[in-house]
Amino acid sequence: MFRNRGDVVFWIVLGAVLLAGFGVTQTIANEYYYTAIYAILQATIMAVAWNILGGFTGYVNFGSAAFFAIGAYTAVALDKWLGLPMPFLIAASAAVCGLMGLGVGYLTLRLKGVYFAIATLAMAIVLETLINNWDYVGAAKGVYILTPEKVPFFSSYIQLLFMVMLALTLGSIAISRYLNASRIGRGLAAIRDDEVAAECAGVPTLRLKLISTTLMGAMMGVAGAPYPFFVTFVDPISAFNLFVAVNSIAMPMIGGTAHWIGPVIGALLVGGAQEVITVTVSSELNVLIVGIMLVLFITLAPQGIVGLVQKWMKRRKR
Amino acid sequence: MSAPILKVSGVSKRFGGFTALDGIELELGASERLGLIGPNGSGKTTLINCISGALTNDAGSIVFEGQDITRLPPHRRAALGVARSFQIPKPFRSMTVLENLRVPLEYAARGRTERRRIDADALEVLELIGLKNRAHDSSAGLTQVDMRKLELARALAAKPKLLVSDEAMAGLSSSEVDEILEILLALNGRGVAVIMIEHIMRAVMGFAQRLVVLDAGRKIADGTPQDIIRNPDVERAYLGE
Ligand SMILES: Nc1ncnc2c1ncn2[C@@H]1O[C@H](COP(=O)(O)OP(=O)(O)O)[C@@H](O)[C@H]1O
Ligand SMILES: [Mg+2]
Repeated sequence: MFRNRGDVVFWIVLGAVLLAGFGVTQTIANEYYYTAIYAILQATIMAVAWNILGGFTGYVNFGSAAFFAIGAYTAVALDKWLGLPMPFLIAASAAVCGLMGLGVGYLTLRLKGVYFAIATLAMAIVLETLINNWDYVGAAKGVYILTPEKVPFFSSYIQLLFMVMLALTLGSIAISRYLNASRIGRGLAAIRDDEVAAECAGVPTLRLKLISTTLMGAMMGVAGAPYPFFVTFVDPISAFNLFVAVNSIAMPMIGGTAHWIGPVIGALLVGGAQEVITVTVSSELNVLIVGIMLVLFITLAPQGIVGLVQKWMKRRKR
Repeated sequence: MSAPILKVSGVSKRFGGFTALDGIELELGASERLGLIGPNGSGKTTLINCISGALTNDAGSIVFEGQDITRLPPHRRAALGVARSFQIPKPFRSMTVLENLRVPLEYAARGRTERRRIDADALEVLELIGLKNRAHDSSAGLTQVDMRKLELARALAAKPKLLVSDEAMAGLSSSEVDEILEILLALNGRGVAVIMIEHIMRAVMGFAQRLVVLDAGRKIADGTPQDIIRNPDVERAYLGE
C-alpha cells in the first residue's frame, strides 16, 4: 500500500477527508448539504468507474445507467426479500453488477469502437424493459423504500448514508489509483493504445478487458446500491436516468481520462457546478451546461483538465 | 540442422477471394539467421502475422519448439518466446519510451524477468538500440526513425527465442543499419533465432545464413544467399519477365 511518498500522502489525504466528513456530520444539521454532496459523491464513483473501461482501457460505454440501476434494484429486491443490512446490499450489488459487466464484456468486447458503444446502449434499453415488467420491485410504477427514523452515531439517516457514500467514493478512488499505476494498468493502457501490439507484447487482452468491465460494473453497482435509500422512491425512469449516463461520460472527459485523478476532478467540478446551478437557476439547465462543457473540452482540450495542467507544467519546466 | 525451433507447414491465408499465402513450408533452426525477401505484396508481413498470431492461417500448422501454436493467441506465443516488430510502427502512444518496454518485460518476458530488474532491463535494451537518451520522452513524439528503433527495442524487451524483424531498417542511415545489424548479430550469438525481412539487400545478404524468397504468396526459393542471387526464378520475380 505504501510504495513511495506519494502513497503516504494519498492515504493521509484520504483519511483526512473521511475524518472531515465525520466532523461535518457532528456539526451541521441542515439536510440540504448532505443531499447535495451525496449527489456529487455518487457522480464521482460513477465517473471513476466509467473511466476504468472508458479511460484506462479505451472502450466507450454508454450503458452506465443500466449498471447503476441494476445496482439500485438489486438492493431494493434484497431489502424487500431478506431485509439485509446496508453493507450486504452493497456487496450484493457489486457482485451482481460485476457479473453483469463480465457478461456484457464477454458478449460485446469483440466489437470495436462505435459498435461497442451502441451495444452498451442497447443493453441499457433491454434491462430497463425488464425492470419495467418486474412486479416484485414495483415494475413501471416504482417502489417506496422505508428508511429507519433513528440511527446510531448520527442525528439523521441521510447523514449515515452520506458517510457510507463518502467511504465508498474514497475506496473506489483508491482502487482506480492503484490500478492506474499497476502492471494491469499498463496492460490496459497498451490495449487502449494498440490492441494488436499489446497482444504481441504478451498482454492477454481479452482477460484484461474482462477484468476492466467487471470492475467497472461492480463499482457502478456500488454507486447504485444506496440510491433507493437516499431517494426513498425508485422507478425505472429515475434509475435508468440518461443524465447519470451522460454525467459519467462527461466528467472523466472533462477532468481527463488517462490519469486516475481526472474523473475525480471532473466530478467535483461538474457535479459542484450542477448543484450551484440547480439552486440558483434550474435543474433543467444542467443537461445543457454539461453538454456545452463536454463539446468544448472534446474539441479544445481532449486530454481534459489533467492534460492542460500537464502541458502547463511542462512549459514551465523549460 | 538441429531440431528446428520453428516449423511452418502448408500455411495458407486468404483475404476474401485473394490468396495472400499459398502452402508455405518453412523450417528454422535454433539460433539460425534467416532472411525473408520478396517483392512488395508477396506476403512477407502476412506470414509474420500468422507466425506471431496477429492473424490465424486458414490452413496448415505452425510448430514452435515442438509445440503446435497454430491456435494459440498472440500473447501466449509471445510468452513462449516469439517476438516481432511491426513494419508500420505501433508504439503505445500514451506511454514514454521506457514504459513501452515495460509492457513486454512485464508480460511476454514475465517468467524470464525479475520484478525489480524491469527498469534496468528496459534501459539496457534502450542503450543497445541507441534510444536511451529518449527513455523518458513520450513515444508519440518520436521521429519515424526512432519509432522504428522503438519497434525493435520493444521486440527485444520480450526476451525472445525467435525474433522477427519486419523491415526494421527502412529509412535508417547506412551507419545506423550497421549498428542494428551488429545488435541482431550479437543477439543471435546468444542463441536467438532471427528472421529478417528487409529490402536493403546489403543488410540481408550480409546477415542471413539462408534466404527464403516469396512471390505472390508462394515460396519460390530457399537456399544460401549465393544460390539465391543466381536463381533465375528469383530474378524473374524481382525484374519481371
Ligand atoms: N488484412 C488484410 N486484408 C486484405 N488484404 C491484405 C491484408 N493484409 C495483407 N493483404 C494483402 O496481402 C498481400 C500481401 O501483403 P503483405 O503480406 O503485407 O506483403 P509484403 O509484406 O510482402 O509486402 C497484399 O496484396 C496485401 O494487399
Ligand atoms: Mg510487409
